[in-house]
Amino acid sequence: MEEYSSKVMEHFRDPRNVGTIENPDGVGHVGNPVCGDIMELYIKVNEKEIIEDARFKTFGCGAAIATSSMVTEIIKGKSVKEAEKVSNQTVAEALGGLPKVKMHCSVLAEEALRKAIEDYRKRKNT
Amino acid sequence: MKVYLDNNATTPVAPEVMDEMAGAMKIFGNPSSLHQFGVRARHIVEEARSRLAAALGCSEEEIIFTSGGTESDNLAIRGALKNTEKRHIITSAVEHHAVHNTFNELGKQGYELSRIGVDSNGVLVAGELERALREDTALVSVMLANNETGAVQPVREIVPLIRETSPGAVIHTDAVQAFGKLDFNVKDLGVDLLSVSAHKINGPKGAGALYIRKGVKVKHLVSGGHHERNIRPGTENVAGIAGLGKAAELAVPLKAGVIEKMKSLKQRLIEGVREKVDNIRVNGDPENTLCNTVNISFNNVEGESVIMMLDMEGIAVSTGSACTSGSLEPSHVLKAMGVDPVAAQGSIRFSMGKYTTEEEIEYLLEQLPPVILRLRKMSPLEG
Repeated sequence: MEEYSSKVMEHFRDPRNVGTIENPDGVGHVGNPVCGDIMELYIKVNEKEIIEDARFKTFGCGAAIATSSMVTEIIKGKSVKEAEKVSNQTVAEALGGLPKVKMHCSVLAEEALRKAIEDYRKRKNT
Repeated sequence: MKVYLDNNATTPVAPEVMDEMAGAMKIFGNPSSLHQFGVRARHIVEEARSRLAAALGCSEEEIIFTSGGTESDNLAIRGALKNTEKRHIITSAVEHHAVHNTFNELGKQGYELSRIGVDSNGVLVAGELERALREDTALVSVMLANNETGAVQPVREIVPLIRETSPGAVIHTDAVQAFGKLDFNVKDLGVDLLSVSAHKINGPKGAGALYIRKGVKVKHLVSGGHHERNIRPGTENVAGIAGLGKAAELAVPLKAGVIEKMKSLKQRLIEGVREKVDNIRVNGDPENTLCNTVNISFNNVEGESVIMMLDMEGIAVSTGSACTSGSLEPSHVLKAMGVDPVAAQGSIRFSMGKYTTEEEIEYLLEQLPPVILRLRKMSPLEG
């Protein structure tokens, strides 16, 4: 297999923002354990629509853990609108690229983020 | 500390083998040449053949050198089928890809396949084989020991069954993992064809052999000269063959002393993991798996991340799942055994070698529990 970048290894070795958030404002749950990847992304959003905190729990390979960690880093401090623009490419590039066979992990991170924001909007509107 | 526990993938080349090969490389003649340069190279090839024959318990003319296990398997299966009109072939559900995918392709070419299932320990269900055997069965290929779980297959026991119901069928076994780790010889097994590889027994990569029982016909797959009794054309890989011969010779005492040593290391490994990590499943019956192989599912974690974290501590292991090769399909072997697909994602294979020490196993037992704990803390599957 292609080698992981040093950035991927750094985030795998020392993942940022592992865990859950009590009373989160949005949760994104994606993946399927049979396929080997599950991501759960938790966000805390303040009244100015800024993502104050983001945490994750992931079952998956090295790339899945690194992309989860990276996506939480990227969105923390961003407005929900800005965070919506974050794509799987943003995450993969921030990690110094991913092996081709692992690009699906960055897609999963993007999907987890979208689901978390969707969930946040739903909660806000009810 | 560096601990290599992936000997089912490949093994370190023994220093004795390196010496043998270095010597052989200086003899550059073509073994087919008539002059003294050629004759010296021929001697090396034939010396290796006799060493390998002694290790397998057959005669020299029953050995054909190949490029390795995969070629041996292909030559055995496809080469034997070239001599028959029969179209029904049988294999197990847990073969190495070299056999598994060869059967898949033969299926596409119109052969009728029967794939025999295994029990929860990964052992072939002999009754199912009995029902699948037919008068027009052309070939049966069942591995001697499985690469992922180490499960030893009842090859010796099924040979008489096959001979009785399908007297014309050719019987092949892939003994790549069993060679050197299981005490067997080809005459006792009673098979017609048997594949071995050098790099699994502390020899070089790119060298292997096929045992062809006297009288059994195998036709070449590539066209060329008359080498290896017209069965495997191409100028011989003299140094590789020399390495295989030496490695096979060393594997004979390996059987005697090293098997016992590896057995006790294996027992310690299993006990240690059971003691220190909960929520695991040992795949395969330890009493009926190779002396060097342990396959364990660690629930709620994924195999690749375990491998990577252990690698950071200097420990090399591998996963049962094919995730690293880009496929998200869990291992066909664990699937056939009925291992829960999520648990299969967290399956790790520890495979020891003749150089593995007690100290290395203790180091693994120190490093492994915190790795699993760390990954479980990250896992959304943990309650």
